[in-house]
Amino acid sequence: MKRVLLLGDEAIAQAALDAGLSGMYAYPGTPSTEIMEFIQSSKEGSDRSVHREWSSNEKTAMEAALGMSYAGKRAMVAMKHVGLNVAADGFINSAITGVNGGLIVVSADDPSMHSSQNEQDSRFYGKFAMVPCFEPSNQQEAYDMVFDAFEVSEKYKLPVLFRITTRMAHSRASINLRAALQQKKLILPADPLQFVLLPAIARKKYKLLLSSYESLRYENLISKYNFFKDGNKRDLGIIACGISYNYFLENIGESANDLPVLKISAYPFPKELIKEITGRCKAILILEEGAPVLEEAIRGILDDGIKIYGRLDGTVPRDGELNPAIVAKALGLPVKYGHDVPSLVKTRPPSFCNGCGHADMFNSLNEAIKQYGPGHVFSDIGCYTLGALPPYKAINSCVDMGASVTMAIGASDAGLFPSVAVIGDSTFTHSGMTGLLDAVVKNSSVTIIISDNSTTGMTGGQKSQATGRLEQICEGIGVSCEHIRVITPLRKNNAENVHILKEEFEYKGVSVVIASRECIQTAAKRKRSENSNE
Amino acid sequence: MKNDIIISGVGGQGILSIAAIIGLAAVANDIFLKQSEVHGMSQRGGDVQSHLRLSDKPVSSDLIPYGKADLIISVEPMESLRYLPWLSEKGWLVTNSNPFINIPDYPSLNEILKEIEKIENHVIFDADGIAKEAGSARSGNIVILGAASPYIDMSFSSLENAVKELFGRKGNQIVEANLKALRAGRERSAR
Repeated sequence: MKRVLLLGDEAIAQAALDAGLSGMYAYPGTPSTEIMEFIQSSKEGSDRSVHREWSSNEKTAMEAALGMSYAGKRAMVAMKHVGLNVAADGFINSAITGVNGGLIVVSADDPSMHSSQNEQDSRFYGKFAMVPCFEPSNQQEAYDMVFDAFEVSEKYKLPVLFRITTRMAHSRASINLRAALQQKKLILPADPLQFVLLPAIARKKYKLLLSSYESLRYENLISKYNFFKDGNKRDLGIIACGISYNYFLENIGESANDLPVLKISAYPFPKELIKEITGRCKAILILEEGAPVLEEAIRGILDDGIKIYGRLDGTVPRDGELNPAIVAKALGLPVKYGHDVPSLVKTRPPSFCNGCGHADMFNSLNEAIKQYGPGHVFSDIGCYTLGALPPYKAINSCVDMGASVTMAIGASDAGLFPSVAVIGDSTFTHSGMTGLLDAVVKNSSVTIIISDNSTTGMTGGQKSQATGRLEQICEGIGVSCEHIRVITPLRKNNAENVHILKEEFEYKGVSVVIASRECIQTAAKRKRSENSNE
Repeated sequence: MKNDIIISGVGGQGILSIAAIIGLAAVANDIFLKQSEVHGMSQRGGDVQSHLRLSDKPVSSDLIPYGKADLIISVEPMESLRYLPWLSEKGWLVTNSNPFINIPDYPSLNEILKEIEKIENHVIFDADGIAKEAGSARSGNIVILGAASPYIDMSFSSLENAVKELFGRKGNQIVEANLKALRAGRERSAR
């Protein structure tokens, strides 16, 4: 058996390849990015001609994966947790159409918001859509689960949600690999109307989904990942979901046999499983990485069962990711810190790289907008969000992908002048284009600055769908050519760029300023690879 | 056998290469490991760290508990201090003395050195200088790994093999430069 060292993300990618994957679909987003990157750079991906191009956004990725599944082949789509909001329409409805080839939807949550704007728990979506949800506790389990997830998907004709969190995604361990399976052949769905959600059909399919969800509770491919282990004690039992089980084991060490423990790594499960532990113990402690999804379900509204400790009573903090110390405290164990951090240690927030084009763009923007006072600039998700920090303090919003354009429209409607959006090239093609069409149709007085570094920078420099197409796209959407301005954000061009920005701020209509200069990280990477190819 | 190691530095200083080398050596030695790392936003010039856990038994938590780290390997002096709550009483701190200054309120280097000297088991020196002497200015991270190697319970030759494996694709010249850096660090620590 082959053993390799893989990140959690990479283990999932390798498992998908080994399970006969035919198509991988994704938009980059921390902590999910490495799943697609691994498949793109793997030899198997290329030898087996697996489709593995980035998609414009999570919704297009989700739907393309569903199309691959329609044709009978195994597909995986990966995104960060907030990406599932973008893909939610396709995701929820794919539970009602069902699938043909196995379909796994990986959603990588980011509790503690290391690189995100919220810490929503994707398990809610599993329940919402009523699909099986897997939540691996370690990298090997993640690898093995992918095979079972495809099996479950095909057996029940349902998409499967695969929920991981940052620590699982970005932690490496050695993995035992299995022999690779063949890809599936192209086979159309037996029922030609399976994917047609006309109300009359959807009603029938929804009833089917409701009954499938109940059957899933007793499915061995799911229940094999949930197990109860009794202990000698009766005062306290532990329910640990996903990777919180590791922190429990870390703390409990040698005395692991004392406490009854129920490990949950797959959903849904029968209520009898919970009774195994609530029926034996006076109290239970629930450990979950993310929101108190299970805790709320077990407490219910009346909360009049046995004593429950968890995130809702403050035994575990309500927000943030778990760690060994938090779990130790919840178990009533002492935590012994090493040395204190000396007070001279300063925070070192992320910042623009030296020579970054976004920084030069913000310098020009700040100078051009100064005369109008503060509060005019809506921004978006990407490296340029760092423009909120000193010394720039240049932006007033960062909400969700594409919101800069549409919030600028709404604020302009309310009378804000000028109303400016700053959006990256990849974020623009992800979700900014439709907003720009709204602006054009109603002739909003907005200036959209597309800070174009020709890459998806924040996630490490993936291909941007916008590269080489921005002017054409804006023209096609209907922005008039005189108001599509292309500038090069360099210090030496500052005076000229300030002048152009001021002109467009004053224009009472839609203008787009494309500030175009390659990301210095991807430029350096490109040069290095060109040199090594010489 | 148990080695809990925190590797620290600033995004872009090559701490993931250090982690990757130790990780490859661990796999070759059939040692269990988990290694947690930082991707995404903090990589842009922010503080980054990796938790690396080696053991002859399966490792549970991806994160090292407070007070349990046997070793801090740091490519930057102020960053070495950020993780002191994890360092065990008998733990070692091995750090580069060359600061990476990208914040306006970076403390005085002298004060930092004083704090490092308060840790009983510490090794501090200018790893970038030694890297330059060894003819590969960008290998300060590998020099520091070499200096930390006496405190890692794996043979030095297994780390050398891991360097060959990691950099093999980049050609012989890069491999040799990094091996030289690794050995120079080891020598510096032995002094």
